[in-house]
Amino acid sequence: MSLVVLIISAAIVNNFVLTYFVGICPFIGVSKKIDAALSMGIAVTFVMTITAIVTWIINRFILIQLGLPFLEYVSYIVVIASLVQFVEMFIKKTSPALYKTLGIFLPLITTNCAILFVALLHTMRGYGFIESVVFGIGAGVGFTLAIVIMAGIREQLETADIPKPFQGAAITLIVAGILALAFMGFSGLVAA
Amino acid sequence: MAARSITYEFAKGLIKNNPVFVQVLGMCPVLAVTTSVVNGVGMGMATSFVLVSAALIGSLIKPLVPSEVRIPVYAVVIATFVTIADLVLRAFFPPLSEALGPYVPLIVVNCVIMGRIEAFATRNGPGPAVSDALGMGAGFTAALMVLGGMREVLGSGAFFGIELFGEGFTPLLVMILPAGAFLTLGVLMAIFNALKEGSHTVLIRAESKAEA
Repeated sequence: MSLVVLIISAAIVNNFVLTYFVGICPFIGVSKKIDAALSMGIAVTFVMTITAIVTWIINRFILIQLGLPFLEYVSYIVVIASLVQFVEMFIKKTSPALYKTLGIFLPLITTNCAILFVALLHTMRGYGFIESVVFGIGAGVGFTLAIVIMAGIREQLETADIPKPFQGAAITLIVAGILALAFMGFSGLVAA
Repeated sequence: MAARSITYEFAKGLIKNNPVFVQVLGMCPVLAVTTSVVNGVGMGMATSFVLVSAALIGSLIKPLVPSEVRIPVYAVVIATFVTIADLVLRAFFPPLSEALGPYVPLIVVNCVIMGRIEAFATRNGPGPAVSDALGMGAGFTAALMVLGGMREVLGSGAFFGIELFGEGFTPLLVMILPAGAFLTLGVLMAIFNALKEGSHTVLIRAESKAEA
């Protein structure tokens, strides 16, 4: 599969949020304002790419080498948790401005299932190194795209007259459903 | 806050603090695997197993864990039980394991589990912790079952894999596609909100009874 196809597939056709349902918590929680949504998207893309690189190396050179694939989940979650911590400290030290924008979102990313999902999928599908990195980037771009569109819609929804039981999470899920329907239009663009 | 009975800790997870409909936690398995009742129940059971075991261990090891590193420690505990659940599913229920796919390992990052350990298990003894976890697990499983049931009946015209309607029924294909998951859960949540509003007084009465 060529890399361009891989990135389009990960970002649009098989969008992480709207097709695989991963990363729903931030998708619902941080999608009230476009700026915040964009920052969250960038932070996720960043961590996802690094995670893809690190977990690929760990899987290939430690777990497979030593015959320990059953430790996959335990080691991945530890790697992701410490990676997020590390990235947070690194950004804080090197770029206070960037830290100000992304800071509060970084701890939330540890429990973002989309990150673990990237690691699991590249292992499951047996991607090579470059493919895994590109897959991580594509998935991050897709997440950003979905959360920014969602935030745009929710800013408009603020002024809408929504029946009381539907307010809050319910209407957000229904909007996400319609968005998923729209994204289904892309299926067939690339074979999964 | 007065100490509450074990039954109260169990019961609150079912409706009042239902993890899916009220707390809106653990959404990704809820939406992803509920294309049929069997998948929903399987996922619910696996999550409950991890939740109960991790809550028990979490409440027992609490005095040994420095609070700075508690999140990674609990994450490792959870990941261990998820690995056990995954291996058991693969060995004894291969079709279910196949259907749930990568969503079994994703139980590791299910916020219901970390949330219950953080918010409840480590602040209470093992008894209430397990009871709370059982209640949350049951509430979670029930929500998955309802969602799976609705989507299976509408989307494939069956329930537990048994055909319900005759030849004349055209399945609403969209219900088993991703969009259907979002729409069904959104509508269910609104119904739950409306019912809760309506039966608020009844619930309060039932609760004070359970607390007594």
